[in-house]
Amino acid sequence: MMNGWELVIGIEIHAQVKSNSKLFSSSSTDFGSGPNSQVSLVDAAMPGMLPVINKFCVEQAVRSGIGLNAKINNKSIFDRKNYFYQDLPQGYQISQFKDPIVGNGFIDIVLDDQTKRIGIERLHLEQDAGKSLHDQDPNLTFVDLNRSGIALMEIVSNPDMSSADEAVEYVKKVRSILRYLDTCDGNMEQGSLRADVNVSVNKPGDELGTRCEIKNLNSFKYIHSAIIYEAKRQVKSIESGERIHQETRLYNIDSGETRSMRSKEDAHDYRYFPDPDLLPLEIEDKWIEEIKSTIPELPDQKKNRFIKDYNLSEYDAGVIVSDKATSDYYEKVVKNRGPKLVTTWVTSELFSILNKKNLTIDESPVSHDKLGELIDNIESGKVSNRLAKDIFEEMCETGKSPSDIISEKGLSQISDEGELEKLVDDVLLANPENIEKYKKGKDKLFGFFVGEAMKLSKGKANPKLLNELLKSKLNT
Amino acid sequence: MKAGLNLIEASELLANNETSSVELTKFYLDNINKGEELNCYNTVSSEEALKAAESSDKRRKEEKSKSRFDGIPIGIKDLFCTKNIKTTASSKILSSFVPTYESTASQNCINAGLISLGKLNCDEFAMGSTNKTSYFGSVINPWKSKNSEANLVPGGSSGGSAAAVAADLCIASLGTDTGGSIRQPASFTGTVGLKPTYGRVSRWGIVAFASSLDQAGPITKTVEDSAALFEIISGHDSKDSTSSIKQKENFYDNLNSSVKGMKIGVPKEFKSDNLSASTQKAWDDCKKLLQENGAELIDISLPHTMDALPTYYIIAPAEASSNLARYDGVKYGIRENGKNLIEMYEETRSIGFGDEVKRRILIGTYVLSSGYYDAYYIKAQKVRSLIKSDFNEAFKRVDAILTPSTPSTAFEIKNEPKDPVQTYLNDIFTVPVNLAGIPAISVPFANDENNLPIGLQLITNSFEEQKLLNIAKNVQDTINYAPNLDKWWIK
Repeated sequence: MMNGWELVIGIEIHAQVKSNSKLFSSSSTDFGSGPNSQVSLVDAAMPGMLPVINKFCVEQAVRSGIGLNAKINNKSIFDRKNYFYQDLPQGYQISQFKDPIVGNGFIDIVLDDQTKRIGIERLHLEQDAGKSLHDQDPNLTFVDLNRSGIALMEIVSNPDMSSADEAVEYVKKVRSILRYLDTCDGNMEQGSLRADVNVSVNKPGDELGTRCEIKNLNSFKYIHSAIIYEAKRQVKSIESGERIHQETRLYNIDSGETRSMRSKEDAHDYRYFPDPDLLPLEIEDKWIEEIKSTIPELPDQKKNRFIKDYNLSEYDAGVIVSDKATSDYYEKVVKNRGPKLVTTWVTSELFSILNKKNLTIDESPVSHDKLGELIDNIESGKVSNRLAKDIFEEMCETGKSPSDIISEKGLSQISDEGELEKLVDDVLLANPENIEKYKKGKDKLFGFFVGEAMKLSKGKANPKLLNELLKSKLNT
Repeated sequence: MKAGLNLIEASELLANNETSSVELTKFYLDNINKGEELNCYNTVSSEEALKAAESSDKRRKEEKSKSRFDGIPIGIKDLFCTKNIKTTASSKILSSFVPTYESTASQNCINAGLISLGKLNCDEFAMGSTNKTSYFGSVINPWKSKNSEANLVPGGSSGGSAAAVAADLCIASLGTDTGGSIRQPASFTGTVGLKPTYGRVSRWGIVAFASSLDQAGPITKTVEDSAALFEIISGHDSKDSTSSIKQKENFYDNLNSSVKGMKIGVPKEFKSDNLSASTQKAWDDCKKLLQENGAELIDISLPHTMDALPTYYIIAPAEASSNLARYDGVKYGIRENGKNLIEMYEETRSIGFGDEVKRRILIGTYVLSSGYYDAYYIKAQKVRSLIKSDFNEAFKRVDAILTPSTPSTAFEIKNEPKDPVQTYLNDIFTVPVNLAGIPAISVPFANDENNLPIGLQLITNSFEEQKLLNIAKNVQDTINYAPNLDKWWIK
């Protein structure tokens, strides 16, 4: 990547389990509720309270493991990770240390048409901490425990990535898989999915360099720029004769820089030990098989099917399947319609309006029914492609159906031969001199006649029929 | 009112309308008042108790009693969280804590109609075997040595629970036992103390000391009461993941005191020079007694129980150091302000915890630290498995094991050894049972030369409490131990 340096990246993704209740209590997990409104006695670590595992969260972790092509461990153990902090009510986080619920797996990422396999070391379940609010009072810190005890999946990759682009592709792909599985909503802005990125640099052929961990990155953009910054920083340090110290760093989104948070020497001794309040988590193969049978089609399979069934390009298929909602939308529109036209409309017109308005596909102003209806009108020749774009714009603005817009504005394409003949005759009658010139060999004037006729029809004339009619009239 | 009523007697009086719950409750509140000097109760909930007694009497009139024990007043160790009643774990850090919830075990008592007179003093966070670590001061053992006025320890940590039953400041009580905290004070006070199989009684709502060892149980005047109260508090609880799914059993109705043909194991490792002569004699007498009643004595070996004490003093503090992390001044309990978060923690916990608790937190933090974890915690877990398998092997050959409950009888409060390890030795016979998760009971057998009660311990395999209670009843009925306790505190 950078003049003679290699980059090695490993990523830990913290993904919030999609579940109505917390990992060890029955409190709700809704985002954005009033502070401390979703806190049970267990979440607040009241004396004598005990954790009881939420089976659904376990199922979600198993489902995720299957989606990441990983080994599901029949026996896993919850450990206590001990440290003091105001938003950690128990004084420890229940996590999995030595024996995680999910073992080795992998996913494939595609970059510049090249497929690369990224190994996954493990996935484990753990509790989230609460939230400290430092900005409510000049002297006091406030604590909101709504998040306390919510289930997280920590997904640890192997250090298999060698560029910021690969790292981003990896996180995108994991996020996409989890969203397909419906095990994490992947909402990075709300913190439902965040990444800790380990970065080191080395000269080709040399041993791996010392790594630094950049904590809590919650957008693809930050992941990308933090890695670039950090790699450059490390190269610069080494080249100026310094050594890299293993440490945890934070990325500053305003300056785009990373800065040291704590060194390895200052790292906590978490005093992990098996949580005596919980029995080992035992998962029978039968249950794993049951869950397996409910796994939906995942992005890679879907992509291959789209390429095969709809004749999509590798690129278009990749873009469409990366988001489950988008692929669902596409499939609804393409059903019983020509894929080529549908693909063009989805990937260009629809995507550009969504991008412009910064909307997700679920928030699309044009439903799949209406887009389908519009495409039907193009396919049947009722409206021209050109006109369809205007109609589409209006659909986006007003939410009206294409048929309504067509009939309201009388935009229906003129394909009636009689009507077209009258148009052509009017144009020819008004331009005798140009007919003369055309007949003497000025072929280019054909376009002039088409243009005039179109103008006269207010753009509604069926171009194909109009061409044919004009040709036959002028050539006789 | 007859003094020293037990559960069964009281239930009969109530059933025959010879007394009412209100009368019983007033009688015991009066006893508590007279026995204030013993310092058994941290909190006496007179108003709530009398109100509950009135409701109970009303139920009885309407023939809607919740159980045959409806209306009987008991005491509850101040480690069980009780709704709207202060629960302190005898610690300064929780000295004003009032839970909004009721522990499963005490709720089970309420469901049976039992009435709580209040919260019983104990060692701070159940850490101790003298009851001297309580923030609210020592409990005084109602027993005194012949020819001495010196106050004696009641044992611990359920010292208040045992002393209150012995002194008749309640009919029965709930205690908890992590390394002997029910059996040792029962032994020191001439009461019956049962530590059930781990998982029999829900831990939900009990302030945790060492989660893998903690188990609640009854302290009572008789074995029958023990069976009855155990029956009430036991049973599966989905709120405790370590709660056994076994069905509740009718321990009281199924009591059968025959020991004919039973094999009683006597572990050679428990014979020790540290054992007082009178305790040794009581042990020998009990062996003879059981033999005479038709049981067979078998010498057994539990080789790894020799290492039980050090094993316990690694595992219990390790778990405690983590369990007590929640008392940090942030959410409830006392808070001492500091310049920053760390200082607030340091101040709060320095002032909030007593020395013994601090000692165990430090030990626990140390043994879990990276670099020491394998040498201490992992090794202790390995020894724990060996101790378990010692018992498993033994129970292939015997029905129950008989040992002393404690090496000696109650000692003077001012004579506690300076070296904490000496104090820890009090638990040498009880600790292996907690490590193995099996049930055991301490039954009063005789008094020593100073007229102080000696308790003997019976141990069975997991979930064999019925057998345990049956043998204990056989011993009780044969010796007919009658505590000859002078109520010196009533002037």
